[in-house]
Amino acid sequence: MAQEFMQWLSHPGLNHFLIVSGILFSFGIFAVLTRRNAILVLMGIELILNAANINFIAFSRYGTGTLDGQVIAIFVIILAAAEAAIALAIVLNIYQNFNTINVDEINQLRD
Amino acid sequence: MVEQLLHSLSRFLPETTLTVAVCLTVLVSLFGGRKSQATLFVALAGLALATWFSFEQIGTSESIFSGMVSVDPFSVFFKLLVGLSAILIVLFSLYSSEVQSTLHRAGEYSALLLMMTLGMFLMAGASSLLMMVLAIELTSLSSYILAGYTREASDSSEASLKYIIYGAVSTGVMLYGISILYGLTGATDFSGINRALTDESVNSVALLVSIIMILVGFGYKISAVPFHFWTPDVYEGAPITITAFLSVASKAAGFALMMRFFKVSFIDVNAIGLPAGVWTSLQGFEWHKIVAILSVLTMTLGNLVAVWQNNLKRLLAYSSIAHAGYMLMGVVVLSDKGLAAILIYFVVYLFMNLGAFYVVMLVANKTGSEDIDSYKGLGHRSPLVSVAMVIFFISLAGLPPTAGFIGKLFLFAALLDAKWVWLAVVGALNSVVSLYYYVRVVRNMFLRDPEGNAEPILFSTPQLAIVMLLLLPTLVFGLFYAPIVELANASVVMFGVR
Repeated sequence: MAQEFMQWLSHPGLNHFLIVSGILFSFGIFAVLTRRNAILVLMGIELILNAANINFIAFSRYGTGTLDGQVIAIFVIILAAAEAAIALAIVLNIYQNFNTINVDEINQLRD
Repeated sequence: MVEQLLHSLSRFLPETTLTVAVCLTVLVSLFGGRKSQATLFVALAGLALATWFSFEQIGTSESIFSGMVSVDPFSVFFKLLVGLSAILIVLFSLYSSEVQSTLHRAGEYSALLLMMTLGMFLMAGASSLLMMVLAIELTSLSSYILAGYTREASDSSEASLKYIIYGAVSTGVMLYGISILYGLTGATDFSGINRALTDESVNSVALLVSIIMILVGFGYKISAVPFHFWTPDVYEGAPITITAFLSVASKAAGFALMMRFFKVSFIDVNAIGLPAGVWTSLQGFEWHKIVAILSVLTMTLGNLVAVWQNNLKRLLAYSSIAHAGYMLMGVVVLSDKGLAAILIYFVVYLFMNLGAFYVVMLVANKTGSEDIDSYKGLGHRSPLVSVAMVIFFISLAGLPPTAGFIGKLFLFAALLDAKWVWLAVVGALNSVVSLYYYVRVVRNMFLRDPEGNAEPILFSTPQLAIVMLLLLPTLVFGLFYAPIVELANASVVMFGVR
């Protein structure tokens, strides 16, 4: 059993990448839902985006035979960088106004 | 190849114009006087030109940049809608105290507003998965910054933090869904996806998961329940000009992209004998029922929660959620008639919703408050503006003889035509609930005496002219609606759809 598993592991195919990306996606969602520090929430978002990237590249390599997926992945990397830059600027601004980056304590606006 | 590229560029003129205008606003704010409205006027000129170029595209129907973007009557319609609302927003900004008190940063404001408009123009035409993601992100990234534009105000920065967290998570989930869809079909353009889905059978569970994930992204963009949590907070915290822009243009662009994506990707063009609008490529799963439930939840929650609101911006936020619910009823049908009804509704919604927000902005400029209590006795202090507000609210509630009635009428007609009677009934009941909270504001304006300061509030002539500019279509389209119905019927044609 263990030997078969090692055998399966040593020949990576599409499924291996999909499993990794699924795990990464779940971690990302978990981080977004449980972390209270805004920076850690943003790190969770990065995990989600990179999970999608792994999917795109794996499908492009093993599935479709076109390079479209890899091109999309490059664009997504750029998007993630832009989003991180803006998000960090917003968090900095939040810190100046609230003196905290705990998302639970930033709740002036509510019903 | 080069010829094709040049031809595509010539069809891309509105977007190119906006890009040039972005560069110009940055340059003007660098070298022009830092404390001037010059950049706002540059933005106004750029938007007017781009809208004019879109207007000239009426009648074309083709796909450019090897299937990335479609220039068809459907996209031109939404470009005109977004362009018009952007022009109105810049006009509002000229009189907004939030923008005028931070004139040294007006360059940023104009450039970001133009970028947001550019993103929405691309959303209206996007016909491939990559373009879809890029357009949504361009719109969202600019709007995150603009929501926090008054950065000294803590509620504005809180709005932008909430906006970026909700926005980034939902676009992330959407991207993951898109990656699965790409893996299943091997195509990136919508018509390729359609071909792949009709030609070969794909794993239906994976397809289900991917479409639900993509629906999360769209649901966030149009603020449908249960992805609406950001809406009230962002609408309340953001500068009011940006709130108005988000509530109309951003929603319109989101709906345009959603309708094109579902219609081009999932409706079998070869299926003969089936009624138009059946989601044939997704057999075995009743998608229209899911959208119908989403629509009922959206309008009911929007209307019921709006009843308890005391801040007018927040009230209008919930009312805009409810309106997204009404328009989702058209997506349920997804026939040409349903789509045309959504387009008609958007034309009407543009004038009445922007009008309501503009009056709120004018009053907040003078009284410094958006609270419903501060509207007590406004009818005596400023009769003209108050009467305009009443008409906008009557139109939002959907009563004749205003344009809002026409919008709802065509939506319900499309629903009844497709035998969705219970949904039409729920929609009509919701309109009744909405009447209650709109009338509450009207009661405060006319039947309550002003508290404390009761001096008349005076507005300048250009400010009143803008109110009239929005008021006239709201009234005129209620009686002479034939032109917008004709325009909408001509605009449901999408490239690549039978």
